Amino acid sequence: MPKCKYDWPEAGERHLIGKRISRLDGPAKSSGHAKYTYDINRPGMLFGKIVACPYAHAKIKSIDTAEAEKLPGVKVHLVQNVGTEIQWAGDEVVYVAAPTEELAKDAVAKVKVEYEVLPHLVHDEDLSKVGDRGKPTAEQKSGDPDTTFKDPDAVISEGFYGTPIITHCCLEAHGQVTEWADAQNLKVWATTQNVSGLPGAIGEAIGVPATNIEIFTPYMGGGFGSKFGPDRWGIECSKFSKETGKPIKMMLDRDLELIMAGSRPSHYAKVRVAAKKDGTISAWESDSWSTGGPAGGGKPPIPYVLDIPNQVTRHTSVATNTGPARAWRAPNHPQAAVLTMCALDDLAAKLNMDPIEFFHKNAELAGERGETYRQELMKAQELSDWKTLWHPRGDKTPGNMKRGLGVSMHTWGGRGHNSNCDVTIHPDGSVQVALGSQDLGTGTRTVIAITAAETLGLPLEAITVEIGDSKYPASGASGGSTTVGGVSASTRRGTIDARDQLFAAVAPSLGVQPDQLEAVGGKIQVKGDSSKSLIWKQACAKLGVKSIQVRGKNPGPCTLGMSGVGGVEIADVSVDTETGLVKMNKMVCVQDCGLILDMKTAESQCYGAMIMGVTYSLFEEKIMDEATGRMVNPNMEFYKLAGIGDIGEMVVHMMTGPGYDERGVIGLGEPPVISPGAAISNAVANAIGVRVPTIPITPDKVLAALEKGGMA
Amino acid sequence: MSRKKDRPRKSAAEGFSRRDFLKGAGVAVSGGLMVGEKVAVAAPPEGTTQILGPGAVPITLKINGKPHRLNVEPRVTLLDALRDRLDITGAKKVCDRATCGACTVILNGEPVYACTVLAIEAQGKEIQTIESLTAGGKLHPISAAFVEHDAQQCGFCTPGFVMAVKAFLDKNPNPTMQDVEKGLGGNLCRCGTYVGVRQAVLEAAKAMKGGKAHA
Repeated sequence: MPKCKYDWPEAGERHLIGKRISRLDGPAKSSGHAKYTYDINRPGMLFGKIVACPYAHAKIKSIDTAEAEKLPGVKVHLVQNVGTEIQWAGDEVVYVAAPTEELAKDAVAKVKVEYEVLPHLVHDEDLSKVGDRGKPTAEQKSGDPDTTFKDPDAVISEGFYGTPIITHCCLEAHGQVTEWADAQNLKVWATTQNVSGLPGAIGEAIGVPATNIEIFTPYMGGGFGSKFGPDRWGIECSKFSKETGKPIKMMLDRDLELIMAGSRPSHYAKVRVAAKKDGTISAWESDSWSTGGPAGGGKPPIPYVLDIPNQVTRHTSVATNTGPARAWRAPNHPQAAVLTMCALDDLAAKLNMDPIEFFHKNAELAGERGETYRQELMKAQELSDWKTLWHPRGDKTPGNMKRGLGVSMHTWGGRGHNSNCDVTIHPDGSVQVALGSQDLGTGTRTVIAITAAETLGLPLEAITVEIGDSKYPASGASGGSTTVGGVSASTRRGTIDARDQLFAAVAPSLGVQPDQLEAVGGKIQVKGDSSKSLIWKQACAKLGVKSIQVRGKNPGPCTLGMSGVGGVEIADVSVDTETGLVKMNKMVCVQDCGLILDMKTAESQCYGAMIMGVTYSLFEEKIMDEATGRMVNPNMEFYKLAGIGDIGEMVVHMMTGPGYDERGVIGLGEPPVISPGAAISNAVANAIGVRVPTIPITPDKVLAALEKGGMA
Repeated sequence: MSRKKDRPRKSAAEGFSRRDFLKGAGVAVSGGLMVGEKVAVAAPPEGTTQILGPGAVPITLKINGKPHRLNVEPRVTLLDALRDRLDITGAKKVCDRATCGACTVILNGEPVYACTVLAIEAQGKEIQTIESLTAGGKLHPISAAFVEHDAQQCGFCTPGFVMAVKAFLDKNPNPTMQDVEKGLGGNLCRCGTYVGVRQAVLEAAKAMKGGKAHA
């Protein structure tokens, strides 16, 4: 097939793609000069604070803001009316705004709201206690699981596994600064994953055309799936700003950030899984349940990665009075990995098989990517020193420190989203790529610049990337690992077209046809004859007074990125059977994601995901109090994140080269965060000889599992 | 004031043996168990008790060598004074209760959580913020090492981390990896940049010894 003109360059022609390149906004961030939404201070700005409902389930009986409004400069805005039924503790009732944060806090304390308290449910780990809050969904069946489980030769493992609700805990809290430039035009500095989508979303809610709203997000302090919409605070503060005639900054306080601005649904399941004596997996049966707050919780994609031939799954959605769910990095996959990979690990133990051998044997159940998983399993096995360190269940060496290894596999899509960009080449040689995208810290700016510079044969610093403003061409929201594929494809197409226009302008002076030219090494030259060339600036001067401006799009001609990636992670832990503490020794991640644009930031995505994985595997849980219905740890000393000393050694290996590169650019944000829960849980089981059924694997659970297993 | 060096730290592997104590608590080196720590306020000399507030009082803060005059209520934290009153926003507000370190600034050579120091307490002291590190327009070797080793993603924890590293290296110019893991346990990152931070700290230590040290 003839090479399509937009295709990514072949390995030998890549000057920047795949190299280790430092992120472009690194200096601005590490010097403290990067301005985030939280850092925006506008003239005359008021600070907004929230009066939140203290009850998990209640009806508003009355609201009295008179005392608050007596405070100097304090303004009040009702968010919910008398009679409204509140569904979680922390839901917003009234906003106040004041010239200082301190005064705004005083005003919050002066607002009086009366409630009729209603019965609540905040726990879902024990399905027998949820009553009519549980709604079963239809059973799904394929193959013949009933007969397969009855096979007298089948080896069957049964277990209970689960993950509780965790939060997003973005370090930059949710929120925005709203300011009306005039009666019709609104400016919003928003910490968002969706710069291009917000004008429409806010505009629709407040009855203002999207064209009158501009969003600014030059930098944002973490989203992880929780910052797609304008949120109620974005919409109501837009109104509040108009009412007061002043800019309002409202960033959630840390407690409300953890209570309501992000939660990953829980998932629990009773699983039965069967294999033939030779280790071939034959059947799966699961009864799962989950909650994502008042709307309940959907079914996880189980069995995960491996399509087990005979299976039956039943799921119950449980509605609880907890803050509503938001997409959390790789929605439902980390939970599905725990439910599946822990159950399969227990089955492997029952079969007396090494789990790597077991997964290797069953890899074809992963479909067409089965062989890739085999390669990844072997690489991870090598990098973790598995053959030396792994042992059958239960570290039999003397002493209270028990070491174990565990493995898990994961999958994700990651096809590029819709993206438009404007590529401009000016007669002075400067180049700009502008698009309404955003950099969540993944390196979006940097991969756009790499793509443009590679295509135009320029150094990285020759490219100006403009993102984080909704006035630029619309580009997709950053979710589901879709950004890198989307923005790189639109940039590639735009810069190829712009380059071709430049070739046309330059060709006459070099005495050749445009298609005989190439852009390489800062020059436009005749292919294969570097003596006939113009340096970039001279070439651009041929444009006269007219800049080239081209719109690049994705999707578009040529496939620049496919969908579907896989990875394998191995955890190596030590467990203290006296204290129950789990210590990370090492973690290995082997990951494919097609063609890698920037090896440095790609590896960072994996390191970051593994560290986030250690955190949710060992520390994180949104702990709800049964009596009051409130979250008891809405702060960062008891909602724990791993620290720099908690993570152990980390090794990342990206699968690249033939077989991978030609799949084009595929997203990487989600996949490596999926496996840690299962890998670490399996490593703990390997160390201590018994399963700790749910993550996070806290000391109390380790000790309880040891006691139950008769090993304490 | 909440001096980080006063906070005891324990590695996960040491110091605990009573199971009952640990029930229900995961232990992170971030020092999450060390709540209820006393906030020591400098006692005034005897017989000179001065009552300030609750209204705003005039104060002068010496920030990065420059005096700034402002009126704040005594309850205003150094962090809010910097960010809300003076528009010096490098120090970030995250946990607002001395856990995460995103607001780390250096006070008389000691790293502190600016969210837990009152602005009035910071009078008469040398307050150094991240902004001081690029005073000469050049990237400080610590910031440069963070860039080189990609020790930042969203970057919201980064200014606090860089200041904590600066104070740490000023006192520990030849740290081992173990020193780094203990000495920087007071700063938390959500994106998961610790692998890069560990490398960046060791590299910055080398670079700063090579005669390129900044103020």
